[in-house]
Amino acid sequence: MSFLELRLVSKSYGLGAAQVHAIKDVNLFVERGSLVAVMGPSGSGKSTLLTIAGSLEEPSSGEVCIDGVSLQAMSRNDKARLRRRSIGYVFQEFNLLAGLTALENVALPLELDGQPAKVAQRAALAALEGLGLADRARHFPDELSGGERQRVAIARAVVGERHLLLADEPSGALDSTNGEAVMRMILTACKRGVAAVVVTHDAQLASWADRVVFLRDGRVVDQTVPPPSLEALLEESSGPGPRR
Amino acid sequence: MSVRHAILALLSEGPKYGLQLQKEFEASTGEVWPLNIGQVYTTLGRLERDGLVASDEPENDGPQKGFHITEAGSVELSSWLNTPPDMTAPPRDELVIKVLSALRVPGVSVHDVIQVHRRYLVELMQQWTRLKEDEADFDLTFALVVDAELFRLDSVVRWLDTADGRLKRAAAEPPSPAAPPRLARRLVVRR
Repeated sequence: MSFLELRLVSKSYGLGAAQVHAIKDVNLFVERGSLVAVMGPSGSGKSTLLTIAGSLEEPSSGEVCIDGVSLQAMSRNDKARLRRRSIGYVFQEFNLLAGLTALENVALPLELDGQPAKVAQRAALAALEGLGLADRARHFPDELSGGERQRVAIARAVVGERHLLLADEPSGALDSTNGEAVMRMILTACKRGVAAVVVTHDAQLASWADRVVFLRDGRVVDQTVPPPSLEALLEESSGPGPRR
Repeated sequence: MSVRHAILALLSEGPKYGLQLQKEFEASTGEVWPLNIGQVYTTLGRLERDGLVASDEPENDGPQKGFHITEAGSVELSSWLNTPPDMTAPPRDELVIKVLSALRVPGVSVHDVIQVHRRYLVELMQQWTRLKEDEADFDLTFALVVDAELFRLDSVVRWLDTADGRLKRAAAEPPSPAAPPRLARRLVVRR
């Protein structure tokens, strides 16, 4: 069973002739431990897909299940609890709270979920350490570089026992080296069993994923087949190409 | 890929044998471009003929025959390193021709054609990116070659994305019949 399942999910805005279909009949399945990238141009429905998957927005039709439980059957409070406990979000603009230190930003979702401040801060420090940011824990967002801010945002998204990581253009305006570092962190979370969805228009970011789903005009039009193993690559290494 | 100049670069470090040059060439390109030993000796023969390298023992034709770079070779190497490759004219790119051709074939969706190629390129990029996952097994020359390949493929995907968007906009807004004729341009295309 997939950890995240979207079945025939559609979302439209407006009515009648003015109705706009943001996404239409989308199926998406993401296993635990796997990273799926959703690629498409601006306006293709990528961000809508992510907000619906993360229960931040209701679909017009179709069903979303997280860990086998349909979101339709959940109360608002249950959904809020699910978001606090199980889902981590990473946005292009980082969305860190300016008045809180890096540590306080990362600890916030745990404290909102009722964990004692000390326990939350211990977990937050561990998450920051895991991303090489322990020495920046007491700094405020405006004292951090763009790359550091995004690492803090990722620490906040994976802190505690999160099982689903949803990232919208997570490398934002970062340079390619920092973008690569962001994807390595997301992959590390996947290796711990987290299911992750990254939406992006950037093929280099998408190429870190186990599977790339292509979205066009709100519909899934195609997806990559799983890349061959390194052994298979070695066997076909007669010409130029990766052969390690 | 100039094997000739890559060999001059390796010889600029000091005298070397043919077999050594083959091994060092492959290592210096992250083992991505294989080079057979016959090609090494053919290239050395031409470089020697042109006075850019000289053999240490002209009478010895065996595999232990060593070569060194000459002063003319050093001048040629420096000139090559600092001369930008010819990128003034667009190459005759097969993918560009396929997309342009798809526009003219009745019953063919150019968007579908673009997607076939986009998926193939992203799958290729996934293969290259997988090689980067294990940082411990990732040496510097190999990293540079993998990055170069990823950026090359990425630029093609970006062109496909742009073409896709441009064609979509053009279909939504057909040019008005009163529009002035397009300025004819001639581009010299590299073969």
